[in-house]
Amino acid sequence: MLEIKNLHVELEEEEKKILKGVDLSVPAGAVHAIMGPNGSGKSTLAYVLSGRDGYDVTEGAAMLEGKDLLDMEPEERAAVGLFLAFQYPVEIPGVGNMTFLRTAVNAQRKARGQDEMSAADFLKFVRAKAKELDINADMLKRPVNVGFSGGEKKRNEILQMAMLEPKMCVLDETDSGLDVDAMKLVSDGVNALRDAGRSFLVITHYQRLLDHIKPDVVHIMADGRIVKSGGPELALEVETNGYADILAEMEVEA
Amino acid sequence: MTTALKSAPKNPPAQISADTLPASGAWATDARADAAGRLADMGLPTRRDEYWKWTKPDSLISAQPDPAEAFDYGSEAPIFDPIDRVKIVFVDGVFDADASDPLDGEGLEIERLADAAARDIHWAKDLYGVLEARGQTPVVRPLAAYNTAMATDGVVIRVTGQVNRPVSIIYRHEDDTSDAVLHHVIRVEEGAKLTLLENGAAAARFSDVTEVDVADGGEFHHIRAQGRCHDRQAITHMFARLAAASVFKSFTMTVNGKLTRNECVLELLGDEGVAHVAGAALGDGADDEFHHDDTVFVTHDAVACESRQVFKKVLKNGAKGVFQGKILVKADAQKTDGYQKSQSLLLDEDASFQAKPELEIYADDVICSHGSTSGAIDEDALFYLRSRGVPPHIATDLLVLAFLADAIEEIEDDVIADEVTARLDGWLARHRG
Ligand SMILES: Nc1ncnc2c1ncn2[C@@H]1O[C@H](COP(=O)(O)OP(=O)(O)O)[C@@H](O)[C@H]1O
Ligand SMILES: [Mg+2]
Repeated sequence: MLEIKNLHVELEEEEKKILKGVDLSVPAGAVHAIMGPNGSGKSTLAYVLSGRDGYDVTEGAAMLEGKDLLDMEPEERAAVGLFLAFQYPVEIPGVGNMTFLRTAVNAQRKARGQDEMSAADFLKFVRAKAKELDINADMLKRPVNVGFSGGEKKRNEILQMAMLEPKMCVLDETDSGLDVDAMKLVSDGVNALRDAGRSFLVITHYQRLLDHIKPDVVHIMADGRIVKSGGPELALEVETNGYADILAEMEVEA
Repeated sequence: MTTALKSAPKNPPAQISADTLPASGAWATDARADAAGRLADMGLPTRRDEYWKWTKPDSLISAQPDPAEAFDYGSEAPIFDPIDRVKIVFVDGVFDADASDPLDGEGLEIERLADAAARDIHWAKDLYGVLEARGQTPVVRPLAAYNTAMATDGVVIRVTGQVNRPVSIIYRHEDDTSDAVLHHVIRVEEGAKLTLLENGAAAARFSDVTEVDVADGGEFHHIRAQGRCHDRQAITHMFARLAAASVFKSFTMTVNGKLTRNECVLELLGDEGVAHVAGAALGDGADDEFHHDDTVFVTHDAVACESRQVFKKVLKNGAKGVFQGKILVKADAQKTDGYQKSQSLLLDEDASFQAKPELEIYADDVICSHGSTSGAIDEDALFYLRSRGVPPHIATDLLVLAFLADAIEEIEDDVIADEVTARLDGWLARHRG
C-alpha cells in the first residue's frame, strides 16, 4: 500500500535535516505503528506524506499503491486515499463542522468521478458515524474544532476518517489528550475501519493505544530514521524500559 | 442633476443658488436653501481634508461623472428576487412608476419625495435635511449637504405598525453617464417595524442620503446590496436618530465599484437603544478599479445603549479598502456597550487596507472596544482543508466566507442572509485565481 524509500527531508526555511533516510513499507490491510522520542521526526514524516508546505524532499520516494505521492497536491493525495489524522487538528472559525465534512466528502467523490451526496443522504451518513464516536449534534454544528476539547478534536479527526473512507490512514498521536473512555471510542472507531484493503500507520508515543489497536509491526524512529522494527512486543519493551536502551543498543543519539 | 459642481477646493460652490435648486413646496424650498447655505460654509471636500485622506473625492465632485457602463445581468435574477416585498424602482435616479408596486401597504405610508416636497405641509419636513444637519458636527459632510440641496427625488416612508413585507428600493442603471441624487426619509413610529432593502447600481454616479428616525421601541432593519456595475461611483450617507429601546440594524454588501464611500452617522438619543452597522465588501482590482470606503460615526448620548460596527473586506489585485470608524460616548452615556471591528483579508500583496478606528469616551462606566486587522488566508486552515481533499479554490472560498461570517450574521432574517451569502459565493466563484 505505502512504500517509503530512503526519504530525506529538510526544512525549506532553514538548512535543517529532519528525515535522514526513512524506509518503510506498509502492506494492504496491515497496521504499523511508529514510536519514538519527541522530535525524532514522526510528525514531519506524516506532514511530508500529506503534502504540507515548508519541507524539501532532497532524496527518496513515497508511493501509495504505486502512485508517486510526492508529485501530487495535498487534495490529490487525499483523493487517491491518503488520510492524516493531525496531531494538532486545526481550528477554522466561521466554517461549520458539518459544512466542512460535506465539502470534503463531496470534493473527494467528485475527484473520483462519483455524484455528490444529497443533503439528506449526507445527513443520515454523518449522524450514523457521529453516533458511533459519541459526537453530538452540537459538535457538528460548531465551527471546525473551535472550542473543542483535546479529546473532541481527536474524535473529530476519526469522524472525518470514517466518512472519507481512505485507504491509507496515518494517525499522528491520536491518543494524546484522550482519557480512557475516549481512547476506547477512538480505538473502536479505528478498528471498525480495519479491513483487507485499508492500512494504518499509527504514530504514538505510548504503548497504551496499541493495546486497543493491535499493530502488526512496530517501528522505532529516532533522529530521522527507523532504527528498529519488530512485532507488538517491541512496544511493550519501550513501555517498560523507555527508549534509552533501544537507542543505546542502536547507537543513535535521540 | 442640472447643476455642475466644479472641484474648487475650499471655495463655496457658487453654482448652487436659489434658482438652481429643484422646485419644491415651501418647506422643502427652505430645507434646500439651508443645505445650500451649509454647503457654502463648508466648501467641497478636498484631498487635503483629513476625512478624505484615503479616498479621493475628485470623481464625486467633478462637473460630470466618469462614464460607467451599465451592467448587463443577462438571465441572472437580481438579488432579493425570491423575497415578497413592496418594490420601488428608480432608473438612473428617476422614479419608474410602471415598474414599481402601488405605494401603499398595511401600516405604511410611502410617497415619492418629489410629491411630498411639492406640498405645503408634510411630516417629512421635521426630518428632511434635519438629521443630515445634525450629522455635520463634529465632522463636516459636504456631499450630504449637497444632496439635501439638490436631490431630485427619493422616497419618504412612515411606518406606524408592523409591516408584513420589506420595502425594497431597486436601482437600475441604463445610461452610461447618468448622475443621480436621491434622498430618502424614513420615520419609524413608536413600536413599529420596517425592513428596507436596497439593491442595484443607481447610476454612473450616485449620491444618496437616507435619514432614518426611529421612535421609542421602533425597529429599522436595512440590507443593501451594492453590486455588479464595475465603473460606478457612489457616495451614500445614512443618518439615523434612535429613541429609547429602539433598534437600528444596517448591513451593506458591496461587490465591485470603482469608488464607493458609505458614510453612516448614528445617534443614540434614548436609553437602551441598539445600533448595529455592518458591511461585507469584496473587491478585485484586476480588470477594474475597486475602492471601497466605510466611514462610520456612532454617538452614544443616552444610558445603556449598545452599538456594533462590523466591517469586513476581501481585497485582491490592487483593490483598496478604507475604514474610518468612531465611537463617541458622551459624558451622560453611562453603561454604554460599544464595539467596533474592522477587518480585511488581503488575498495578495497588491491589495491594501487603511483603517482609522477611534474611540472618544467621556463617561466612566462603559465597555468599548475596537479592533482593526488585516491579514492573509490562514495557511494552516487551507492545508487542513486540502488534506481532506478540498481543492484550493473551494477551500479559499470557504475560508473567505468564514471570514465574512460575523458581518453576515448581523442580518437577522435568515432568508435575506442566505440571499446575500449566495451572491458573495457567486462573486468568489467568478473571481478565482
Ligand atoms: N516547521 C518547523 N520549523 C522548525 N523546526 C521544525 C519544523 N518542523 C519540525 N521541526 C523540527 O524537526 C524535528 C522533528 O519534529 P517532529 O517531526 O515534530 O517530531 P515528532 O513528531 O517525532 O515529535 C524537531 O527537532 C522539530 O523541532
Ligand atoms: Mg509529533
